[in-house]
Amino acid sequence: MSAAPEDDGPTRGTPGRVTAVLGRVWDGDLAWRFRQAPLAMLAALAALVLVIGAAAAPVLAPHDPTDPASLSLLDSFRPPVGVAEADWSYPLGTDAQGRDVLSSILYGMRISLGVAAAAVLLAGAVGTGIGLVAGYVGGLIDTLLMRVADVQLTFPAILTALLVDGVVAAALPRGAREAWQIPVLVFAIGISLWPNFARTVRGSTLVERNKDYVAAARAIGAPGWRIMLRHILPNVLGPVMVIGTLGLGIAVLTEATLSFLGVGLPPTQPSLGTLIRFGNDYLFSGQWWVTIFPGLALVLLVLSINLLGDFLRDAVNPRLR
Amino acid sequence: MPWYVLSRLLQAVPVLLVVGFIAFALFAFVGDPVTIMLGQDHTEAQRQALVQHLGLDQPFVVRYARFLWAALHGDFGISYRLGRPVSELIATRLPATLELAIVASVLAIAVGVPMGVYTGIHPRAPLARLFMAASLAGVSLPTFLLGILLILAFSVGTGGWLPSFGRGPVVTVGGWWTTGLTSWAGLRALVLPSITLSLFQMTLIVRLVRTEMLEVLRSDYIRFARARGLADRTIHFRHALRNTLVPVITIIGLQFGGIVAFSLVTETVFQWPGMGLLLVQSVAAADIPVMSAYLMLIALVFVLINLVADLLYYAVDPRLRTAP
Repeated sequence: MSAAPEDDGPTRGTPGRVTAVLGRVWDGDLAWRFRQAPLAMLAALAALVLVIGAAAAPVLAPHDPTDPASLSLLDSFRPPVGVAEADWSYPLGTDAQGRDVLSSILYGMRISLGVAAAAVLLAGAVGTGIGLVAGYVGGLIDTLLMRVADVQLTFPAILTALLVDGVVAAALPRGAREAWQIPVLVFAIGISLWPNFARTVRGSTLVERNKDYVAAARAIGAPGWRIMLRHILPNVLGPVMVIGTLGLGIAVLTEATLSFLGVGLPPTQPSLGTLIRFGNDYLFSGQWWVTIFPGLALVLLVLSINLLGDFLRDAVNPRLR
Repeated sequence: MPWYVLSRLLQAVPVLLVVGFIAFALFAFVGDPVTIMLGQDHTEAQRQALVQHLGLDQPFVVRYARFLWAALHGDFGISYRLGRPVSELIATRLPATLELAIVASVLAIAVGVPMGVYTGIHPRAPLARLFMAASLAGVSLPTFLLGILLILAFSVGTGGWLPSFGRGPVVTVGGWWTTGLTSWAGLRALVLPSITLSLFQMTLIVRLVRTEMLEVLRSDYIRFARARGLADRTIHFRHALRNTLVPVITIIGLQFGGIVAFSLVTETVFQWPGMGLLLVQSVAAADIPVMSAYLMLIALVFVLINLVADLLYYAVDPRLRTAP
């Protein structure tokens, strides 16, 4: 079952192509299942709102938390709307430096989602490549690659990411650590997720490898890399999409956890996890909103991604668990 | 049986060697211990003497072998950050982590299994639906956020019902093991961290037991037991639950390693003086010896747990014994 529309329809190149493709997606199996699943629709709506809010943070946010000139200590620890002495210009209150919590959340979510998406893309590219090679070539290479994946899978992703992050940071010269923190974090989370992709893609490749179209491609003399990339890859993309969505949830959580532990992102680029960590210091003095609202945003983000991932998993392949 | 055990053991050896190699490579290629130990001002002769003394002029393979030999004897070097032997640091932190992990596992089983059985027997009951919705939220709720919420509710909100950090008073048992289980204050300190740590395992156990129960309750021997007119209680607990426990025990065993690893988040939230907190502080300070020791130790733990789980399978499932 292939849910993705084929590119080479008769409408290629004509102005109506986009609408035609969209129409085919809308009439397709996946969209039909989607319309039958109210929970998935709700999750998609929530995810869409959050992603748009994060992407358009500079436009939507009422204040600019990255601009020190706009901050005033007189505005510090304003409570959120609903609590006495609240102010509508700060709907979710302010933190110790007088930063608007809502704006910080929007900017923070931007960083969280950016890091997580980059990490998933990295893990997807590496894992899919390794899975294709392992499944198509087989033999000793397959055994070796899958053994590595198995060993890594016995460790929780968070532990791998933490250790990789620590080791790479330690290997960098002291002065470069701050500037390289985001790429290092993306690398660490990406490395912790690749086996999930590799195992699934390898399994699907093993099935596809023995089909007639692969034999046909081989018969006309297509090289191995071409068969893998142009023939097998499009047919294993369904499971990759599922693993990618579920992986995005894990990546967001991993990034938030590492940033909360203080080994993730630098304080100059606060993600949701960093915001929660800073807010945590004011828990005992009664300013709960500095921690709780970023926390709620994080839970909502992860929950909607997870629900979407579950839906996709059941829709693309009921047996893929 | 002996062949099975032997082959499993032989499979574990390369894994440990590879992890040991990674841990050694950290030592060999990351950081410069000579400069750290000598400081800024030193002559070339001093440097050569120290290099020779540390054996750094030896070939790579010799140094790797020495490293493994030392690690086998519990010598993991000296922490860059604290200046004390890593083995000593870990030995003082290990009891705290293990105690927390064991209490959390017991809690997860004691609450998770009954909830799973209930949702498996009455899948459509409102309470069962509530449990399932809660377990979905439990998967999406990050561990550290749960800890913060619990602190907010039980340490801040109620005026300090339960302590929010540390282990409380501990008692030393048998020379090196420390425990907080013997005093009221120590037990109170355990409550919030162990709930925080157990929630993820708990949701996992609820879902697993529920799936297994639903599966087993559909099988023929349950139908036959009903035909015999046995009481529901007997069928559910003596016939059905027993057969669901095999995979559940395995998963719980395998997850124990996960609990030990995840405890690093819980320990940071609650400033619990265990191995996880040590690791997080070491990563933040680029303390290579502690990181590589932790890596090897956790690999050993995971390999042992996998081995025990395999052997348990063998003991529990008679079909494996006839297989080649």
